[in-house]
Amino acid sequence: MPHSANPYLPAIGTVQEIIQETPGIKTFRVTLNEPGAMEGFEFKPGQVGQLSVFGSGESTFVINSPPTRKEFLQFSVMRVGEVTTALHGLKVGDQLGVRAPLGNWFPFEEMKGKDIVFIGGGIGMAPLRTLLLYMLDNREDYGDISIIYGARSPQDLCYTYEFEEWRSLGANLTLTVDHEFPDWDGRVGFVPSVLAEEAPSPYNTVAVTCGPPIMIKFVLKGLKELEFEDEQIITTLEKRMKCGIGLCGRCNIGTHYVCVDGPVFSYAELQRLPAEL
Amino acid sequence: MGEIRFLSEDKLRQWLEELSRDCSVWAPVKEDEAVVFRLFDSTKELSLERQPTAPPKEALFPKSETMLLYRYQKDPEDPGKQSLELKERQPVGRQIVFGARPCGARGFTIFDPVFEEGAYHDPYYQVRREKTSFVTLTCTTPENSCFCHWVGSSPSDPAGSDVLLTPVEGGYALEAVTEKGAQLLDSDLLVEGEAKRQEAEAVKQGASEALGQAPDLSDVPERLFELFEDLDFWERMSAKCISCGACTYLCPTCYCFNISDEPSGLAGKRVRSWDNCMSYLFTLEGSGHNPRPTKAHRLRNRVGHKFSYYPELHQGIFACCGCGRCIKSCPVCVDIREIVMSAKEHADAS
Repeated sequence: MPHSANPYLPAIGTVQEIIQETPGIKTFRVTLNEPGAMEGFEFKPGQVGQLSVFGSGESTFVINSPPTRKEFLQFSVMRVGEVTTALHGLKVGDQLGVRAPLGNWFPFEEMKGKDIVFIGGGIGMAPLRTLLLYMLDNREDYGDISIIYGARSPQDLCYTYEFEEWRSLGANLTLTVDHEFPDWDGRVGFVPSVLAEEAPSPYNTVAVTCGPPIMIKFVLKGLKELEFEDEQIITTLEKRMKCGIGLCGRCNIGTHYVCVDGPVFSYAELQRLPAEL
Repeated sequence: MGEIRFLSEDKLRQWLEELSRDCSVWAPVKEDEAVVFRLFDSTKELSLERQPTAPPKEALFPKSETMLLYRYQKDPEDPGKQSLELKERQPVGRQIVFGARPCGARGFTIFDPVFEEGAYHDPYYQVRREKTSFVTLTCTTPENSCFCHWVGSSPSDPAGSDVLLTPVEGGYALEAVTEKGAQLLDSDLLVEGEAKRQEAEAVKQGASEALGQAPDLSDVPERLFELFEDLDFWERMSAKCISCGACTYLCPTCYCFNISDEPSGLAGKRVRSWDNCMSYLFTLEGSGHNPRPTKAHRLRNRVGHKFSYYPELHQGIFACCGCGRCIKSCPVCVDIREIVMSAKEHADAS
């Protein structure tokens, strides 16, 4: 069934809250203006949305709040270019365009009954947060949930204010930074090294990873060394996108368009695609 | 084919003027050295002798089109607060594309499954597609850059057309391809033309024969997939390329686009414009990473899309209509036929 309305026409939303996560990353909590739009908004963990600041343009971000918590839609934005700089200039009450949900989602149904290992780096924690909170809100459906989350420095970690909540809801959280910092009592070392030290068992486990490409590369290698099968490894990709609906020709890897066939892929699926990440 | 109608040469302009009374008619006209599609009016001189320099792509897919209008408005009570209003822009009006070659009309049959049949429909394309008819001119003398027969087409291919117009002694033989086309032929300027049928068929056959034998490209999608990681191959194929993008802009089947905003104070428009996959910036990410960093990567994607990815997604159809404009217009003589044949032979050799 095709989607009926104009897929390029954003809904109008309002910024309700802004959280300065790190010096370069802000989280926006957004509600849709149209009456009933928030209640009627259906999406699945891992899906993305396009945010517009008109005059600057539109960019793609994962919806990092879970469908189990729908009082607002949350997006974390790292300031790197024109649109993200414009987004960082917004203040509470400002209006923006929202085209969502777009793309596919994490296989959260198939993951029921399994142990889950999240492996995130930097802003890559954003898509993992959606699935993590969804699982914590449906805690009895999933086995052990552990998280390895790393960033360059303690001040580059996002969502620090809710780590306690994650732990209290039953997640085992291991934090790491690249080198020693004063008052840092977490681990020290790159994410792939911490993964090797933690050495999660692949038995009945799914690993979900997102982070900078270099981290993903070594995390995948590490997971293979721990004898995870390709089907047990899930990642979510980023590409430059414009239309978000599989037409404009930017984000394809061979026959697959990251905006509609992704952003979520298993390592097994990625292996079948041409190597053009 | 159904009924044949005949239009004498001296009534052609009159017929176009009649058609342009209730819709816009795009027709090939000469501008300097180029033949381009322009909206026809009585001042324009038609140029039907040669393949138009550019295909009629803009008739359904404008070089640049406004998709949305936006306006932020300051709250007079509290200037820090702004409201936002969006307006959709939709194309309106019926149009006819007159005098495209079959390759130009066929180009849109490559757009159709992408813009009209996927999970999302493109409303801008869809409205224009519905409101546009194609009166297409059979090619009588293919050029040496033409290779429509390689990709399943021919100089009289009716795919994508509503009327096919074939030059015959003293005028044109017209055949309706669709119901929409039959309606266009309902004019007193046209007469019964059954007597011209044989001559028209001979013209078509002559043009097809002039093209010669086509190679079998059925294994090319698979060969290109195998060559994906052979970057040496793609470096050789793209060595001459200067990434100018002439091939993409003149291609009847290239549809990559960009979306950008054009502000004017607090209001402005969101615009869709043609983009060029041969440009470094096309896939450059905010982080500085680029998945297609060199022209070898980009040419691999361009040729791969046309001869491997698209056919895999759309019943084996190549996203190329064989018009040869990319060959004629390339400033450094990159020839897509050579690339396709090299892929075929390279893989044969390995």
